[in-house]
Amino acid sequence: MMRDIWLVPALPLAGAVLLGLLGGKIPARLAAVIGASSVGLAAALAIRIALLWFAAPPPGDAFLLPLWTWITLPKFSAVVGLLIDPVSLVLILVISVIGFFIHLFSAEYMEGENGYARYFAYLNLFVASMLLLVLANDLLVMFVGWEGVGVCSYLLVGFWFEEENNGEAAQKSFIVTRVADIAMLIGILILALRFGTLDISTVLHGAVSAWPPGSFWPAVVAGLLLVGGLGKSAQVPLQTWLPDAMAGPTPVSALIHAATMVTAGVYLVVRLHVLFLLAPAVLHGIALGAALTVLLAACAGLVQSDIKRVLAYSTMGQIGYMFLGLGVGAWGAAMFHLASHAIFKALLFLSSGAVSMRLHHEQNIFAMGGLRTKLPLAFAAFLVGALCLAAVPVVGCGFFSKEFLLGAVWAQNPLLWGVGILGAFLTGVYIFRAVFTVFFGASVDVSGAYGVRVILPLTVLALAALGFGWLQTPDFLGGANIFSNVLAPALGGAATDASWPVALIGMAAPLAGIGLAYALHQNGFWRRQGAASPGLFVRFLQGGMGFDALYRAIFVKPFLWTVRVLKDDPVDQVFQLLQRAAVGLHKRLREEQNGKLRRYAGWMMAGSLATILAVVFS
Amino acid sequence: MIVSWQAPASLALILFLLGLAALLARRNLVFVLMSVEIMLNAAGLLFIAAGMRWGTPDGQIMFIAVLNLAGAELAVGLILLLRLRGRLTTLDGDAAVLLRDSS
Repeated sequence: MMRDIWLVPALPLAGAVLLGLLGGKIPARLAAVIGASSVGLAAALAIRIALLWFAAPPPGDAFLLPLWTWITLPKFSAVVGLLIDPVSLVLILVISVIGFFIHLFSAEYMEGENGYARYFAYLNLFVASMLLLVLANDLLVMFVGWEGVGVCSYLLVGFWFEEENNGEAAQKSFIVTRVADIAMLIGILILALRFGTLDISTVLHGAVSAWPPGSFWPAVVAGLLLVGGLGKSAQVPLQTWLPDAMAGPTPVSALIHAATMVTAGVYLVVRLHVLFLLAPAVLHGIALGAALTVLLAACAGLVQSDIKRVLAYSTMGQIGYMFLGLGVGAWGAAMFHLASHAIFKALLFLSSGAVSMRLHHEQNIFAMGGLRTKLPLAFAAFLVGALCLAAVPVVGCGFFSKEFLLGAVWAQNPLLWGVGILGAFLTGVYIFRAVFTVFFGASVDVSGAYGVRVILPLTVLALAALGFGWLQTPDFLGGANIFSNVLAPALGGAATDASWPVALIGMAAPLAGIGLAYALHQNGFWRRQGAASPGLFVRFLQGGMGFDALYRAIFVKPFLWTVRVLKDDPVDQVFQLLQRAAVGLHKRLREEQNGKLRRYAGWMMAGSLATILAVVFS
Repeated sequence: MIVSWQAPASLALILFLLGLAALLARRNLVFVLMSVEIMLNAAGLLFIAAGMRWGTPDGQIMFIAVLNLAGAELAVGLILLLRLRGRLTTLDGDAAVLLRDSS
């Protein structure tokens, strides 16, 4: 049964190929069936493998399925293989199951759109790439999945390519992550040169025995790999593409933010955590960058008026929390937050998609209001997601994962913990700003009802978001540690629980944030903020703290200037000068060839005279 | 009376310049041919003057050769003239610019 693991990425890939080849020729309904069922089958298979795994883990808690030899060179070889261990097992469950529900939702959400089959082909390819990424036993194979995810994000963000802005957003997401990937590729190549293979376990063992902790090379390699991870996971300073990536359809945002793409950076660090442990400086850098990201995302989230951009910044912040955990070495906690975030962020995006479905794709929260009674299902789903995101105590999975994670951060660095608490407070404020603005107050008109393909994903994900957290609870709530026990063979034991006051502050912060959001809703502050034209500072926050402007000034403008200069090939201009001189001379001389006999005779005489004079006087 | 060689040489120069002037001035191709003949005869005269100067018959021999050449050239030239007149219905030399590209 374990050997069937290759089917998990192969099924969505087959779906993508099938839809890509037949796309235009089959009815839309069949395209949706193929798209959703390929991922659904992969999900069922992943669940079956997981059940077998938990019943009887294989020896060494890892199962390697070698497929074929890709490259054999005298000093280098690469074997394509799939590796199941607790980390990849958790991730294929998250990706395939949540991916399936997003496919199901898409089938209804995208109904009637042009390129329906093309959409599902991209979506399937996206899931297949991500599954390959997490299952790869070899960094080279992982890089294939990594780039596949990048390509699919480009295709899906620019899905509505008729509008120029969408194409630009797609290019931005592609180019920013590509720049990061170059750094990652250099890191991978250094490892390949040093160890002659990119097999992950061989490389990690080699690194531990070859490099002492804190030495130069692991810091360089880990730093370069980290840049790739930061780009994919939209962390400071490579976060600018994420808000623009909202140009894609809403289920795509759900897929990018929950199951695929942005979690790849977290996975990379977790997978290679042995290497990162050799480079403490890089880990400190991760923690610092993550703290910045958490604050930046929370501040930017406070002033967005587009509901999807609010969620985009919340993703950035939540991934920031994961990196905060990684920075202090809490791999298991980061993985737990990754899984729980995947559930509640998919829920949030899908419910916001469900809301805008009924409002003719309106996304401005100030154009909504009072939808609590009109769209009870979307309201309930969004509320559960928001409660999880804000980490309201005991209610959703977000509370348990954030509690777990911040507890680990507290044990390492109270200052970073303080930043995390501040971020949690602001998260509570901005997400409930959206909740109160969209679902309370004066109501707007909506029409239509949801089909089963929307109801089912929202219901299942909401239930999962409520229940998932109980896999890993703090001591005072039973002290379950099922999740960290699963991961223990790969990542080591669970972190110690934080003390009472720490946990209490962690619980109080989001509640205070929600209270503030409610108070400001009651006195109408949010509505006034939405109606007023934004001031300089607010616009600064809305634009993600000027990173876009900064990059435009530093990178984009000079690049475009260079392009304009080089467009006409300045070196070639020199040679063009020669050509122009020859052409000019030619024109001048051609005028002399006018066929006038007498002119010719005159010139002949003049030439003869000149020759005679030259002979006589020389 | 003994004529010095300078006199026929000067006459040759004058004849040549007259021929040249006519060649540059006249458009009628018959006159052009005639002016070419004058220039050729000027050259022949110069040969004879040169023969006088050095006291050899070579100059007169060359003149006979030039006369033959002129006769042959005239025959070719007149045929060209006739063909041209048949094609252009004019004897204007400036009208014969058919090989020139149009620009």
